[in-house]
Amino acid sequence: MAAGVATWLPFARAAAVGWLPLAKKTMPKPPVDKKSRNDEILFVNVSGLRFQTWKNTLDRYPDTLLGSSEKEFFYNEDTQEYFFDRDPEMFRHILNFYRTGKLHYPRQECIQAFDEELAFYGIVPDIIGDCCMEEYRDRKKENQERLAEDTEAEMATDTPLPPHSTSRERLWRAFENPHTSTMALVFYYVTGFFIAVSVIANVVETVPCRPPKGSKKDLPCGEKYSLAFFCMDTACVLIFTFEYLMRLFAAPSRCKFMRSVMSVIDVVAIMPYYIGLVMPENEDVSGAFVTLRVFRVFRIFKFSRHSQGLRILGYTLKSCASELGFLLFSLTMAIIIFATVMFYAEKGTKGTNFTSIPASFWYTIVTMTTLGYGDMVPNTIAGKIFGSICSLSGVLVIALPVPVIVSNFSRIYHQNQRADKMRAQQKVRLARIRLAKKGTTNAFLQFKEEVGFQDRDSDSALCLKNRSSFEHQHHHLLHCLEKTTNHEFTDELTFSEMCMTESVGYRTSRSTSISSHQGVSTSCCPRRAKRKAIRLANSTVSVSRGSVQELDTLQVHKTSAGPQSRSSLNARTEDLKLNCEDRDFTAAIISIPTPPANTPDESLPPSPAIPGILRNSRSTSFTHETVKISSL
Amino acid sequence: MGALMVIFSLQTKQRRKRTDSVEDELELSAVRHRPEALEQLEAQTRFSRKELQILYRGFKNECPSGVVNEDTFKEIYSQFFPQGDASTYAHFLFNAFDTDHNGSVSFEDFVMGLSILLRGTVQEKLNWAFNLYDINKDGYITKEEMLDIIKSIYDMMGKCTYPILKEETPRQHVEIFFQKMDKNRDGVVTIDEFIDCCQNDENIMRSMQLFENVI
Repeated sequence: MAAGVATWLPFARAAAVGWLPLAKKTMPKPPVDKKSRNDEILFVNVSGLRFQTWKNTLDRYPDTLLGSSEKEFFYNEDTQEYFFDRDPEMFRHILNFYRTGKLHYPRQECIQAFDEELAFYGIVPDIIGDCCMEEYRDRKKENQERLAEDTEAEMATDTPLPPHSTSRERLWRAFENPHTSTMALVFYYVTGFFIAVSVIANVVETVPCRPPKGSKKDLPCGEKYSLAFFCMDTACVLIFTFEYLMRLFAAPSRCKFMRSVMSVIDVVAIMPYYIGLVMPENEDVSGAFVTLRVFRVFRIFKFSRHSQGLRILGYTLKSCASELGFLLFSLTMAIIIFATVMFYAEKGTKGTNFTSIPASFWYTIVTMTTLGYGDMVPNTIAGKIFGSICSLSGVLVIALPVPVIVSNFSRIYHQNQRADKMRAQQKVRLARIRLAKKGTTNAFLQFKEEVGFQDRDSDSALCLKNRSSFEHQHHHLLHCLEKTTNHEFTDELTFSEMCMTESVGYRTSRSTSISSHQGVSTSCCPRRAKRKAIRLANSTVSVSRGSVQELDTLQVHKTSAGPQSRSSLNARTEDLKLNCEDRDFTAAIISIPTPPANTPDESLPPSPAIPGILRNSRSTSFTHETVKISSL
Repeated sequence: MGALMVIFSLQTKQRRKRTDSVEDELELSAVRHRPEALEQLEAQTRFSRKELQILYRGFKNECPSGVVNEDTFKEIYSQFFPQGDASTYAHFLFNAFDTDHNGSVSFEDFVMGLSILLRGTVQEKLNWAFNLYDINKDGYITKEEMLDIIKSIYDMMGKCTYPILKEETPRQHVEIFFQKMDKNRDGVVTIDEFIDCCQNDENIMRSMQLFENVI
């Protein structure tokens, strides 16, 4: 439970007096609190530094070392204090947690030391307050990464293969981690070599070579030694195809592999060759074929498998895409504006280069990036004025965003990481809150099971498991609520089972149409299921005290949705009412062995408020429980 | 001195009641409410000095500003009923504790309420319960008011109950209550009818003793 709940429990229990006049059944006896209720000051000696605090302060968190009976192990009888042989500086923060309900991370401490102290005192690090959580997480991640790097470097060459792996798995592993086996390494270097050869061949192909005898024109080497180049190209493409097919075969998930960037690059690199083979030697088509050859340059991207740096660059660009996009957009705007202005300014000039606005784009770009080729120059005075304004603004537009992008990039990158972390954190916190709630409910249900079989005086409390007095009192409070409403708490499973059995019961015992039954049975649960969906959909909770406020706001939402769902259910009250009586009737049948004077009362819905039936209502509750057990 | 601060803060609060909730919240957090002196509280309530000290320390720790507003109150109360929705009932409870209806429960309100509930006579406790049920504080409990109260109690049970909570259960509960309490069948329950009836009910009388040793 969250902080401070223990303080408010007496108040909640006192407020239960408000249920007493309404209660359908008698209230259970309260747990006997044997400890003295006086608050006392405890002395805690941590390696010589003496701390003093109220006992109540420590009792606020009963699931930690200091809040539970575990601290008795550290009690020193001679000096009447609790002695811990731990870091006194850290203990200050731990104790502040009890006092204020917020755990802070001291920035000058080592993260591992802090984690160890938390583990010793039984405090979960997730409850660190928002003010310090970021810092804590960052430091922890850094530390983990450092440790991971060290272990990875140690283990990199020694990881043994898992036994009984198929040849396919081994092949995939060889492709992904070339350092694992010699064959993989050889293959890695061979492919790298061939990529380089292919790229160089593409480049050299276009260099003019000495013309063959009897001709004056310079030929590109590609055409002079066309056969040689063709053979080299074929060899490279064969290797690449072989590699691609092997990877495809070894990939654990073929679809995913085919969609990955690297495989797309591979395909694009080898396709032109095959298309070229298939293509006929037609003059018109070969023009298009020549353009296809351009794609051969994509083979250079195959290097990214071999180079970590290229991959990081690619990822950088991808993550910075929005900033780059914005830069591009603002540049485009500026270009269009200036091009339009220049076009209209130079329109009158004879023989001008500014023939259209798109033609002026070239001038604008060249001027703004301060290249100034000089192939297009304005002649009119207005054109020159606007041209100079264009070049000046170009400096600003281009030069300014670059450092902004650089810093933005690092900021955005970190922010993204943080947002993902926060989202994951929220999910974890939400899950823990749900778990805690379920835990409380389960604890109560468990408690009831243990008590249910012995409905006697409170001395039986000794036989139960060792629970804190807080838990006893809380369970008593929930028990009182059950008695007030004459309904019991159950867990999700039993509830859904009951929904099932009730729907079956309707169908067998009624003679009306099946569709209405199904309507009734589904209405029983989806109304609640809808509520539950609203409850879960609205929650964004964190664990500290502030969390329960959010939890409460979503519950407020829930109640606002409640009335309309109730009214929709009103139409079906007739069906449900009959079944309600069915249930109570079964209770009456089982309780017949009790004195007959009580049976007339049993036919009504049970109401222990009727005077003089104290004993009977208690036995009714007992038999009620018997009913429950047998029906489940 | 403490009373002066209370009166001052009350007045400022009343004057600014019409401004936004944001400003209200800010103001509330800036309010530093100091309770009356220990001796006075000791005289007004039935708690001993030590008990008041323990109570105040806990209260002050949870609410450093010295007052609890309705939202915090709802949060706190909801923590005890994880399966259901306790906010409606907490709202009624808040109004029952906030005797001067200034929108916040100070330590005095808190401790007076607890004193009645835990150390009061049966008459006082029943009076308090009546005050809780009487939502508009007009001296009569109508069926609608009772239905609201009972519905909010059933809300606290949540969805997973045995037997499954049916739509008409609260209404039936109200009927039973009125059958028992409304002697002259005029559709409302007055304080005298209520106290009379409860005092004649052994069950209720017996259960009143249950919460004596909570603190």
